[in-house]
Amino acid sequence: MAEYVLILVSTVLVNNIVLARFLGLCPFMGVSRKLETALGMGLATTFVLTLSAVSSELVNTYLLDPLGLGYLRTIAFILVIAAIVQFTEMVVHKTSPVLYNLLGIYLPLITTNCAVLGVALLNVQEQHGFLKSALYGFGAAVGFSLVLVLFAAIRERLAAADVPVPFRGNAIALITAGLMSLAFMGFAGLVRA
Amino acid sequence: MIAVLAAIAALGGLALAFGALLGYASRRFKVEGNPLADQIEHLLPQTQCGQCGFAGCRPYAEAIARGEADINLCPPGGEAVIKALADLLGVEPKPLDESKAAPAEKRVAVIDENTCIGCTLCIQACPVDAILGAAKQMHTVIASECTGCELCIPPCPVECIRMVPVPRGIEDWKWPAPWGPQAPQTAAPPSRAEAA
Repeated sequence: MAEYVLILVSTVLVNNIVLARFLGLCPFMGVSRKLETALGMGLATTFVLTLSAVSSELVNTYLLDPLGLGYLRTIAFILVIAAIVQFTEMVVHKTSPVLYNLLGIYLPLITTNCAVLGVALLNVQEQHGFLKSALYGFGAAVGFSLVLVLFAAIRERLAAADVPVPFRGNAIALITAGLMSLAFMGFAGLVRA
Repeated sequence: MIAVLAAIAALGGLALAFGALLGYASRRFKVEGNPLADQIEHLLPQTQCGQCGFAGCRPYAEAIARGEADINLCPPGGEAVIKALADLLGVEPKPLDESKAAPAEKRVAVIDENTCIGCTLCIQACPVDAILGAAKQMHTVIASECTGCELCIPPCPVECIRMVPVPRGIEDWKWPAPWGPQAPQTAAPPSRAEAA
């Protein structure tokens, strides 16, 4: 049990996918202008990341490893993730319009996001089992959402702040992201994972 | 050789399986969206004022698309929107429904600044963000943004908002409406270009 809690804390705070591993930076900069879009993106990412971590773990265990096809891992994972996300989008569109309105535009956006693929590959690299993979994906996504929402909140305030002219726009956003990354380094001593 | 074939078979099989799954899903879970409602909504002025009797522009657009609502219920859109809707739907344009319509001349809201107590209620009611002000500060209306929808009048606790007609200037002057039995059909008189 403690092991699973450790994975969760480690992925959310210590090895945060955005601020420590520097994956998924494009949505981090792209959809963090408004708090609501950041929340929607966070939800969609949580959904996709957990799903893709699980499905690529299954493909790896039951198809690639028995046939000794480790070298096809990246391309196979891209295929699996893209197909499963598309399939889920169709099902959600049909069955739950409310959920689709919430996640709709973000789902295709993150299909082949580097964070999604990165988590799937990291799972293989660290030899996680099924449950650990799911938890790792979920934790990474929660970390991503947390950072995205925090960053969006900061950026909303930055919009009204008196920023020196050369730093306006993306420059101050990147500096802020760097400072957030520095702050998250403070979690490094929390657990060893 | 076997390894190569196994790799091709594995990845090819995977791709085929997912392709079949997606193909099946796109038929099985096909959503009958209504593109017409989207087009109609695109033409509406998006003031979300509710004067048409629906909750906003989207519900009104859906009602038109279903054929449950007439095309002449949108006072902020006026004649231009009715014409555009008539073109889109291939029906005859008709005059604005007078029961829904604001008076013929354009009117804007004006806040009596001596009476205003700065309660911000009218700001929350305004669908187009045409009212400026802050709590306990005097509010004012941006006349160029006001659509004359009158939604700010009911919430005002001190009744300091009036509707004031905008005087016709040289920009928006029109020929007076014609008299006679034809008048209801041509509530909006033809412009010069059409008359010529």
